[in-house]
Amino acid sequence: MARKLKIAVSGLNAIDSPGPGVAVARGLKEAKSFDSSIIGLSYESLEPGIYLHDLIHKSYQIPYPSVGTETLLERIKYIHSIENIDVIIPNFDAELYSFMKLTSELAAMGINTFLPTIEQFEERHKINLNTFGEKYDIKVPKSKAIMDAGEIYSLHEEFAYPLVVKGKYYDAYIAHNPQQAATFFYKISSKWGLPIIIQQFIKGNEYNVTGLGDGNGNMIAAVPMRKQYITDKGKAWGGISINDEKMLELTQHFLSSTKWRGPFELELMKDAEGDFYLMEINPRMPAWIYLAVGVGQNIPEAIVNLALGEDVKAFKTFLTSKMFIRYSWDMIVDIKEFEQIASYGEL
Amino acid sequence: MKINKNIAISDSGFLLNPATGESFSLNSMGIKVLKLMNEGKDYLEIEKLITNEFDVSNSTFDKDYNDFIGLLQQNHLVETESTKA
Repeated sequence: MARKLKIAVSGLNAIDSPGPGVAVARGLKEAKSFDSSIIGLSYESLEPGIYLHDLIHKSYQIPYPSVGTETLLERIKYIHSIENIDVIIPNFDAELYSFMKLTSELAAMGINTFLPTIEQFEERHKINLNTFGEKYDIKVPKSKAIMDAGEIYSLHEEFAYPLVVKGKYYDAYIAHNPQQAATFFYKISSKWGLPIIIQQFIKGNEYNVTGLGDGNGNMIAAVPMRKQYITDKGKAWGGISINDEKMLELTQHFLSSTKWRGPFELELMKDAEGDFYLMEINPRMPAWIYLAVGVGQNIPEAIVNLALGEDVKAFKTFLTSKMFIRYSWDMIVDIKEFEQIASYGEL
Repeated sequence: MKINKNIAISDSGFLLNPATGESFSLNSMGIKVLKLMNEGKDYLEIEKLITNEFDVSNSTFDKDYNDFIGLLQQNHLVETESTKA
């Protein structure tokens, strides 16, 4: 009989710019090496995953990262006292730092994680992308972090328009002139804070790789994908698994040189010459992670096994030319359920 | 000139490049020309077969054929002498 594990997952916001939690839960449900009961960790009462009871068995609200790690730890202790969690898989960039900081406290409680180190997390940050590219010999677009909108008016000395204005965690817009850049600066900074990253615009097609590193430079999993249908927020609403050797070589190079530990998503741009530029490294699974599961690489399952200290064999193959097509779905939910999570923070 | 080996072509004229995920749809003439190319026929042989079968002048065929080949090359779908090595 398969072991039964309690696995806590965040990122239940399956909305137009979705978190990966629901897709991760689907992968865990299909795991062959264990049976799981999924505990949802939510920030807001209307995160759709909270109400998907077939996938998420119980949900608890947790405090926003800005509140601090102590409050988060207290909340996790409370949840753990009821649920006896085996593994936590945090799925938001913004919360990862807190969970990385708490790794040893969580481990002492018997809660396992498999996360990048704080050094890896910091090093791959958008604001450090230039240094990262130089250090590991990976092509990256020229980037600059700015703290003041006034700096925008001298950007023409270093960058040609159009350029990309990015938030430190999320959001990116293409600006064709300084006025647009300034508008995006304020729009993004009001939501995600400073600095704002200014990046060279690379014309080309968007490609992504999701994968998993074991922390020793080995590639446990890697699935390249080309976005086929992109929303106005730049999110993939449809994509296809592809067999691109160059992307897999780049991924292997990234893993062996950084010794990345944990899941990741590489956002790449392929220019007219066929060269790949690394645009971003997301230190977590992407919302489209279920494509990886569907093509034969159950990354969520492998993360759990690595978190539990088990040997995980690297996936060698995956099905190519398989597509994911996302859809939205209206659930009918009784107000009692909403009341329960909104008032008591549990459902 | 032949279609790249890794390109999948269905009977309906659907072309898929598994390395890039790009897909294309050919019309019936495109399917016919591509089939002849893959049989190893050269430009003159294809021109002769098409202009004999269809009411099309050599000059129109020439223009359309070159446009078609241009699109195939632009999308990295054909194996030319320079890409074979």
